[in-house]
Amino acid sequence: MSIILDKVNYVYSEKTAYEIHALKDVSLKINDGEFIGIIGHTGSGKSTLIQHLNGLVKASSGGIYYNGQDIDDDDYNRKELRSKVGLVFQYPEHQLFETTVFADVCFGPKNQGLSRKQSELKAFTALRSVRLPEDYWYRSPFELSGGQKRRAAIAGVLAMEPEVLVLDEPTAGLDPKGRDEILDLVAKLHKERRMTVILVSHSMEDVAKYVGRLIVMNRGSVMYDGTPAEVFAHYQELEEVGLAAPQVTYLMHELRGRGIPANGTATTLEEAKQSILQAFSEKR
Amino acid sequence: MLRDITIGQYYPADSVIHKLDPRTKLMATLVYILSLFLFRNVAGFAAVTLWLALVIWLSKVPFGYMVRGLKAVVIILLITVLFNLFLTPGETLVSFWKLRITEEGLKNAAFMAVRLIYLILGSSILTLTTTPNQLTDGLEKSLKPLNKIHVPVHEIAMMMSIALRFIPILIEETDKIMKAQLARGADFESGNLVKKAKEMVPLLVPLFISAFRRANDLALAMEARCYHGGEGRTKMKPLKYKHVDFLVYLAAAGYFMAVILLRRLW
Amino acid sequence: MNFIEARKLVFEYIRRDEEDNVESILTALDEVDLDVREGEFVAVLGHNGSGKSTLAKHLNVLLAPGGGTLWVDGKDAEDADNLWAIRQSTGMVFQNPDNQIIASVVEEDVAFGPENIGVPTAEILKRVEKSLKSVGMLQYREHSPNRLSGGQKQRVAIAGVMAMEPKCIVLDEPTAMLDPNGRREVLEAVERLNREKGVTVILITHYMEEVTNADRVYVMDNGKVVMQGTPRAIFSQVDTLKSYRLDVPQITLLAYELRKAGLAIPEGILTRQELVEALCRLY
Repeated sequence: MSIILDKVNYVYSEKTAYEIHALKDVSLKINDGEFIGIIGHTGSGKSTLIQHLNGLVKASSGGIYYNGQDIDDDDYNRKELRSKVGLVFQYPEHQLFETTVFADVCFGPKNQGLSRKQSELKAFTALRSVRLPEDYWYRSPFELSGGQKRRAAIAGVLAMEPEVLVLDEPTAGLDPKGRDEILDLVAKLHKERRMTVILVSHSMEDVAKYVGRLIVMNRGSVMYDGTPAEVFAHYQELEEVGLAAPQVTYLMHELRGRGIPANGTATTLEEAKQSILQAFSEKR
Repeated sequence: MLRDITIGQYYPADSVIHKLDPRTKLMATLVYILSLFLFRNVAGFAAVTLWLALVIWLSKVPFGYMVRGLKAVVIILLITVLFNLFLTPGETLVSFWKLRITEEGLKNAAFMAVRLIYLILGSSILTLTTTPNQLTDGLEKSLKPLNKIHVPVHEIAMMMSIALRFIPILIEETDKIMKAQLARGADFESGNLVKKAKEMVPLLVPLFISAFRRANDLALAMEARCYHGGEGRTKMKPLKYKHVDFLVYLAAAGYFMAVILLRRLW
Repeated sequence: MNFIEARKLVFEYIRRDEEDNVESILTALDEVDLDVREGEFVAVLGHNGSGKSTLAKHLNVLLAPGGGTLWVDGKDAEDADNLWAIRQSTGMVFQNPDNQIIASVVEEDVAFGPENIGVPTAEILKRVEKSLKSVGMLQYREHSPNRLSGGQKQRVAIAGVMAMEPKCIVLDEPTAMLDPNGRREVLEAVERLNREKGVTVILITHYMEEVTNADRVYVMDNGKVVMQGTPRAIFSQVDTLKSYRLDVPQITLLAYELRKAGLAIPEGILTRQELVEALCRLY
């Protein structure tokens, strides 16, 4: 099971003054069960890229294959694809519309053609898995706090039981605790349900902590694709395009510059801590 | 797509027309529109065409750009032309099946098509050469006398300019919400009218909520910046007539008389 | 007297049912004391719903205190006659860049404030130019805000406030909706205004990295001020901050963890440079 992108190009407002080449020859293979991070500054093409994965945007050229099937084939069921590749947009709580949280979460399964009972069962499981307390289920979504609304909206996508979960900056606008809660939830889904997860983020610290593979987008092309350690080893090149590495990576390089044998490939706080402690203990 | 609409967009350029006072442009556009419905022969048509060509040339807006605005109304144009072509009584020129084309029909259809195209081109010159704010400023000042009969002219103008600022934002937002609901399996296309109307709920509810939230935010931001209505407000660029504006008023008057005279001549 | 002096400020959101009976009371501000001197850079931290935005709205008299006293620039905020004077002397920048830009052209938006307070025409032009320059947006004066980035829009909003020549700017989570580059742009513009023009800055945020350069930090929770002090003093208390749903910058956290593991690193490390120096001294 996989998603394959073969030389995908996408051009906005083709042949007008505002023409933008949003994706340029993007080729990727996304394997089953991966936890992938996508970084890149605003306008690098990352939002356009993820909208290709569930067929919301059609590539100008190139092919996209879901489990070996071309999603642009005329007889391909794109509606079904959308429930297999669940896409959580930025500020997803802005799409809540039903009178109760529970009814809103049922929207997806109902669109899949499930019976009322089945839909409710799925909504029940989804709301449980985002850990939204039951007190809130039958309230209006607009009475919830920001973090709770966000979780309810994510449940709305999870209720469709997608095989792949794509999240576009799921922590935007949340406070530090809220950010941690959402990311821990996503990590849990990946681990326990073996879901393929694709996380678009602006926070280098977050992607370093959670993902196994990191894709860097720049001006519509894939700039780097590898483990966080591999990608952040290019921290100087990343800076040239307006991105950066996690703070600890810089720290490790600076320590090495000053003669402390710290691990230059550390990208998370835990790795940095272990490496520094080890350097100190080896000296003694 | 929703973004391809060119009518009502400003095209920045450095031309005589761009620099005219918006009140002058509003007046001239009004005169021009009236003239479109007054001419009824080839001489009048020639006068109108000449005037329009002159203004387009002076405005420095590429003709191709302007014509693109016509795309949006092609259907209306076609329907009008067909109606005039087939449904005008008179001397039959051609007839086939149950349809017949008369000489008068041909003439009517041609004039109607010209009128509509000229109407759109002419009024798009106004919006292409005038920023929305200038336009509302112009309206506010032109309609100021109405203040005396308690028409809230300043408030209406402010509402218009805010609407113009937020239309593109709300269009983008509609696009975003639509995509998000599609991702949840929504279907905005299939089914009959009742079903379609029902399917709009997941789109319209979030859109309204967002619009209200924006309105609320904006009201706070305006208050924070000391907005308290039109009373005691000054302007960064107050409208002021220049010599050229008076010349344009004269020219517009001359043009209008010419069109009326040509109507009498033949 | 300080530029801003709040004493036991209280504000309650009261919800009533259809018969006008009180349904619930949410105390958004609970006896808040706040002192800000002229020219200071003060940060207010707090999680979503801690009451920090409610506090911000009081400083600009968008909300009237439900209890306690508030003096801004030597004027009593409860006296309705002072309303416009206070709003002119403490400008306010909001979270959503799109929802605070009124005009369809950058310079016309910046002119909006001065126009409202009746500044003469020639003076408005000067102010617009000056304030757009102060946030590095002068070359965009004739652009439409719709084609600007989030960071640029926020700088236009700041210019719009600066054109009213306030003594103080209150920024209510100005970077929450921006990407890292936009955040940096906005923060740099704010810090420059504080440093070079002596504008008093009150920055409300939950991004901890943004407050390291502040003179003082207030931390709010449940409508109360629960901590205050220099950034260093605040960031030394990692566990307390976490209990208020907040966090510390990654470098501060690493220093704290290393300290816990036995390395003799000083408390309240704020920057990478400080940690490198501290570790080199120990090595």
